[in-house]
Amino acid sequence: MRSFITKTVANMPPSGIRKFFDIASEMKDIISLSVGEPDFVTPWNVREAAIASIERGYTHYTSNHGNPSLRRLITRYLRERYQTEYDWKTQILVTVGASEALDLAFRAVIEPGDDILVPAPSYVSYMPGVAFAGGTAVPIETKECDDFTVTPEALEAAITSKTKALILPYPNNPTGAVMTQSQLAAIAPVIEKYDLFVISDEIYSELTYGGNHCSIASFPGMYPRTVVINGFSKAFAMTGFRLGYAAGPEDVIAAMLKIHQYFMLCAPTASQHAGEEALRHELDTGFAQVNKMVSDYNRRRTFVYNSFKKMGLSCFEPRGAFYVFPNISGMGMTSEEFCYRLIDEKHVACVPGTAFGEAGEGFMRCSYASSMENLKEALKRIAEFIDECRK
Amino acid sequence: MEKSLKLEILDILEDNAKTTPEEMSLMLNVDAGTIEKTVKELEDEKAIIKYSALVNREVIDEDGDAEALIEVQITPQRDYGYDDLAKRIYRFEEVRAVYLMAGTYDLCVRIKSRSMKDISKFVFEKLAVIDGVTNTVTVFIMRKYKEQGVVLVGEETDERLVVTP
Repeated sequence: MRSFITKTVANMPPSGIRKFFDIASEMKDIISLSVGEPDFVTPWNVREAAIASIERGYTHYTSNHGNPSLRRLITRYLRERYQTEYDWKTQILVTVGASEALDLAFRAVIEPGDDILVPAPSYVSYMPGVAFAGGTAVPIETKECDDFTVTPEALEAAITSKTKALILPYPNNPTGAVMTQSQLAAIAPVIEKYDLFVISDEIYSELTYGGNHCSIASFPGMYPRTVVINGFSKAFAMTGFRLGYAAGPEDVIAAMLKIHQYFMLCAPTASQHAGEEALRHELDTGFAQVNKMVSDYNRRRTFVYNSFKKMGLSCFEPRGAFYVFPNISGMGMTSEEFCYRLIDEKHVACVPGTAFGEAGEGFMRCSYASSMENLKEALKRIAEFIDECRK
Repeated sequence: MEKSLKLEILDILEDNAKTTPEEMSLMLNVDAGTIEKTVKELEDEKAIIKYSALVNREVIDEDGDAEALIEVQITPQRDYGYDDLAKRIYRFEEVRAVYLMAGTYDLCVRIKSRSMKDISKFVFEKLAVIDGVTNTVTVFIMRKYKEQGVVLVGEETDERLVVTP
């Protein structure tokens, strides 16, 4: 019998994270700094809203776009937090996690032969997502010395006649980098000059430290050529609810909706009700819960970052998300070897930078979405391990 | 010392009083000497009152002390208002906390003693007989679910997978 699997899928390597998961999950008593989701449980008011919606019998499909009340809240949220204005009827699409929104954007925009620029290292799904949509993902290596941002020079150097779009994943997983308003302003003319589309993944937008997030869609020249992807997982600790959304130009949202309505129909109804509560509560209380969570993360971030510096490692100071990305290239081994030995010898799990693309070689991702107690113990063990490596 | 640093330190110590100055130094990007000095200042100005552990005695002693909340109605006194009567009540060793309330009664008094019998005895022998106390209602605490923001019953475990993207 011949193989029925398409070449694109067959040739796609499995996620580097998955490989690491298989090893880590077999070990007992490990401290995991490999988790890409908040350690906070979803706030009770949000869980309660989901339960209540099920009790009241809201168990049917919703509008393909998502519930009108939720879309209204999303537009209010984007206006108040990021100064971007959208029409809730035609410019917002509620999706099954930000991941679905990404996939829809890829399929709506990419044609075979198109090149899509992807900053690297980055979240694991962009490269495969682009490939599954028939395009070619072209990495733009971001460097520690540039604070892992996309510079106008690097962007322009990567553009060819085949380039159609740029994925802009800031605040960034795994580096923790952000792009400030002035850094975005510097690349905007290049994007316009080459008439590129921007898929801006802003899922970590609430988690920034020492400065608010700036959405590239807030630039008038970028607004008509940008789809913003966001969701509830990171800001409201709602990963399991699978709730995200896209906001963008009417034609792009309409194209994404076309795919969404045939295959997903709508995001889970209970999750939409939970998302409404999450947004309304925070908008009405001046983001009290989110601010508390951010100040908590900030202490852990500073603790982990300073601890790595104390070990004598070069470490970029992350300004967003919940990851620290220390440089371990001086340890005389690959980042994969380093992480395997760290888990084997010290029972601490961090993710090798290469899980996020070749550009991640020489780094590892440490998530600080973990209790202070865990972080203290884990960093003590990492310091021991590094001492032993240096001997 | 700046107010924001003081508030940060209070936050951290309120959550875990065992956090060392060195650890706080790493968490706040402030040198350990400054942290120690600020903690001393906070202690001196009584912003930090004392360092105690949040304990759950039931774990090792099921027949531990009894606790009750007593709703006390009082007649406020000329010139002293509620303060003088509150003082007469909070000086008792058994009294763990006293709050002035808005509502159907005036003072909420939390009592801790060896047994429910001891508490009843305290109420009718010591509290109810104070001049100015017009009525008391004693409600016993049967089980503590949450104390100072911490859930005491059952454990919320980390349900996350060990590695996620």
